[in-house]
Amino acid sequence: MSTPAPTDAAAPLIELAGADIASAQEPDVALVERVSWRLRPGEYWAVGGWHWSGKSDWLTTVAGLQHPAAGRHLLFGEDSTVMTQEELVAARLRIGVVFEHGGRLFTQMTVRENIALPLRYHRNCPPEETSGTVEAVMALAGVTELARQSTGQLNRSWQQRVALARALVLRPEVLLLDNPLAGLDPRQARWWFDTLAALNAGHAWLEGRPLAVVATTDDLRPWRDQAQQFALLQGRRWLPLGGRAELAACEESTVREFLAA
Amino acid sequence: MDQDSAKPAAPPLLASVLALPLPRSYLNFVGRQIFRLLQTIQGVGAFALITLGVTFTKFNASWRVTHPLIRAQIDRAGVRLLPGVVFFGLVLGLVIVAQTVALLQRVGAEQYAGTVMVTVLIRELGPLATALLVLARVGTAIVVELGLSRAQGEVEALEALGIDPVHYLVMPRVIGLAAAIFSLTVYLVLVAVFSGYLFIFLQDVPLTPGDYFNQIGRALRWEDFALLGLKTATFGAIIATVTCFQGLAQRLRLEDVSDATTRAVAQSVAGCVAADALFIVVYVVM
Repeated sequence: MSTPAPTDAAAPLIELAGADIASAQEPDVALVERVSWRLRPGEYWAVGGWHWSGKSDWLTTVAGLQHPAAGRHLLFGEDSTVMTQEELVAARLRIGVVFEHGGRLFTQMTVRENIALPLRYHRNCPPEETSGTVEAVMALAGVTELARQSTGQLNRSWQQRVALARALVLRPEVLLLDNPLAGLDPRQARWWFDTLAALNAGHAWLEGRPLAVVATTDDLRPWRDQAQQFALLQGRRWLPLGGRAELAACEESTVREFLAA
Repeated sequence: MDQDSAKPAAPPLLASVLALPLPRSYLNFVGRQIFRLLQTIQGVGAFALITLGVTFTKFNASWRVTHPLIRAQIDRAGVRLLPGVVFFGLVLGLVIVAQTVALLQRVGAEQYAGTVMVTVLIRELGPLATALLVLARVGTAIVVELGLSRAQGEVEALEALGIDPVHYLVMPRVIGLAAAIFSLTVYLVLVAVFSGYLFIFLQDVPLTPGDYFNQIGRALRWEDFALLGLKTATFGAIIATVTCFQGLAQRLRLEDVSDATTRAVAQSVAGCVAADALFIVVYVVM
């Protein structure tokens, strides 16, 4: 596994410059146009949007899993469209992704195997050498007791937690979450907010280094007191909304409609 | 002047039919089929080259994860199919000898039963029959499991974790199926040769075991062993590549998986038969 290059504290980790976000199903169709956005270390973003607004495609483009239809996408200062496969893999190891709808876990594996896979693959080590790290990250996600269970047997909320543990196991610098609160009860949602806040502030798991967090959501209201920066995907447009104060003061009808929904 | 002789001669029927413009829909249909075939060959060919490149450059990368996967595929496509292949070999040996001995006895050449076994079984039927058996039992399962993984987004999850899906999912299957088909063919041939002699013995054909196995030994050439190895490995690689291509290389919805499975079976059979024809040409030239 390659060692991440040291990051300049002020330099953006990820940047979209005039990027058109393509649909995963139809790469020629732009779902969101001319997105200009920068993610800096330690930032905490919540990006809202109605269903089918392109949130998931925006997130997979940010993660470097698909290229924008137009414009530039920079991962740790490098243009992702000209990166070699090895450079792209090295960049992806610095980004953790929690997908929507149960986190896209590998259903033929147990919880422990799911979490250990990226470690074992990139370090080329046997299961016993990863057990300490895997136990620690399972404890962080509160899934230690589920270690031997098949992920297909878990309900959606526990699958999401396992996906979080898998995304964190390589100690990334950026955590991208696709609608992580979808279908969760208030107690589970509270756990997610507390955990994300702790990770963003500098969790012991990350040796005190603040984690940049970006979450998409179809309901911005619960995030108003959690995230620091907000944006909206609305009618193929990217609307940066600023911080908490700007969000509260925003009078734009589309934003008020979204917050009142 | 005779009126009839002044008439122009009627054109032949075939020439008049060929002179007719073809229906546009028919041309469209044929054109679409040809383009679809070319697209499939291009797609499978590109996928095969990528897989070959990954296999050579990354065979030992993350071997503690990928080599157990190769062993698992050999177990799945080879060891677990062994009882079925043994049964198939028993029946095949009996059928081939029963058919050929009856014919050979008519011309008084029943002592060539061993030679026929080599020609039919080792050179042709053994590798192809084993490949089709593995395709039916394992190839279809590969399309379904990879197609479901793709449809449920697990492949994107692998990419997000920096894991190359070709290295992690395809390479073990290609190597596993190639090794499994080679091993199973050897077992099938051995069982069929023995069951063939069993039939000869039961039918009171005047052929001693020594003569039978000597015939087989004399009929075998070193090219047979080389071609058997090459042919079975090629069949395994074709089946694994086509089934993985159909399961992985395109965005599938859950409802597309059954169609992808059907396509994979048809294309694998066509690929194996085409490769077999090429091997026959090579053998004849040698």
